[in-house]
Amino acid sequence: MPPEFYTLLEEIQANDFVIVELNLFLDTHPDDFEAIKQFNAHAQKSMKLKVEFEKKFGPLMNFGYSYSNYPFNWVDTPWPWQV
Amino acid sequence: MWYYEKKLQYPVKVSTCNPTLAKYLTEQYGGADGELAAALRYMNQRYTIPDKVVGLLTDIATEELSHLEMIATMIYKLTKDATPEQIKEAGLADHYVSHDNALFYLNAAGVPFTASYIQAKGDPIADLYEDIAAEEKARATYQWIIDQSDDTDLNDSLKFLREREIVHSLRFREAVEILKDDRNTKKVF
Repeated sequence: MPPEFYTLLEEIQANDFVIVELNLFLDTHPDDFEAIKQFNAHAQKSMKLKVEFEKKFGPLMNFGYSYSNYPFNWVDTPWPWQV
Repeated sequence: MWYYEKKLQYPVKVSTCNPTLAKYLTEQYGGADGELAAALRYMNQRYTIPDKVVGLLTDIATEELSHLEMIATMIYKLTKDATPEQIKEAGLADHYVSHDNALFYLNAAGVPFTASYIQAKGDPIADLYEDIAAEEKARATYQWIIDQSDDTDLNDSLKFLREREIVHSLRFREAVEILKDDRNTKKVF
């Protein structure tokens, strides 16, 4: 895969990790307004990053959370363990 | 329901083909305190735990599945180029004659996964204490594997996973406090 694949993917992984951390934190601190603002900001950034990634490298998610090209490119490699 | 995302939670690189290390990592794949046990334990406890901690169990169970995928990726990458001789030297010939290079839910000693590794007592405090213990045991196992590994690329990913066990343990401890507070503020009907 081209270097840009890894750069963009890592940016998504870093941003999504922040979301996971904030999500677990908010599960036990549901009244933390600042954390909720950060959570929503990173969720928005995640959507933008994934639109950019998917335009270049195909769908990230199954079952309708990503659009498909023709032919159906969800089934294309690489799968995560092949990267 | 669940959706799949075609990415790992955290990148997994390995420096060299190393089936011995793959054998050790199997402990976190199909072992008593491994990622499969963790995901199944939390997912199953959700149905009878108080509403206040269902979200936490759902989210940690889901994250554990992504860790299971990371461990699988490590084992796959460490063994995919191994010759039958290297497999044998690593003590994996017993595995090889039944599974070739396929992954399977075993612990490091080759014992198949069993549901008796996990519990659901219906008692929320008992369940959460088990979850805290499970996270601490998994953290310790990651440490022992890191101690046995000289693969710096792999250790980077293992340190990430070790850290996640600490965070999960902390969140479960907070969940216990939430339930205790809730119990103590009850409530005249």
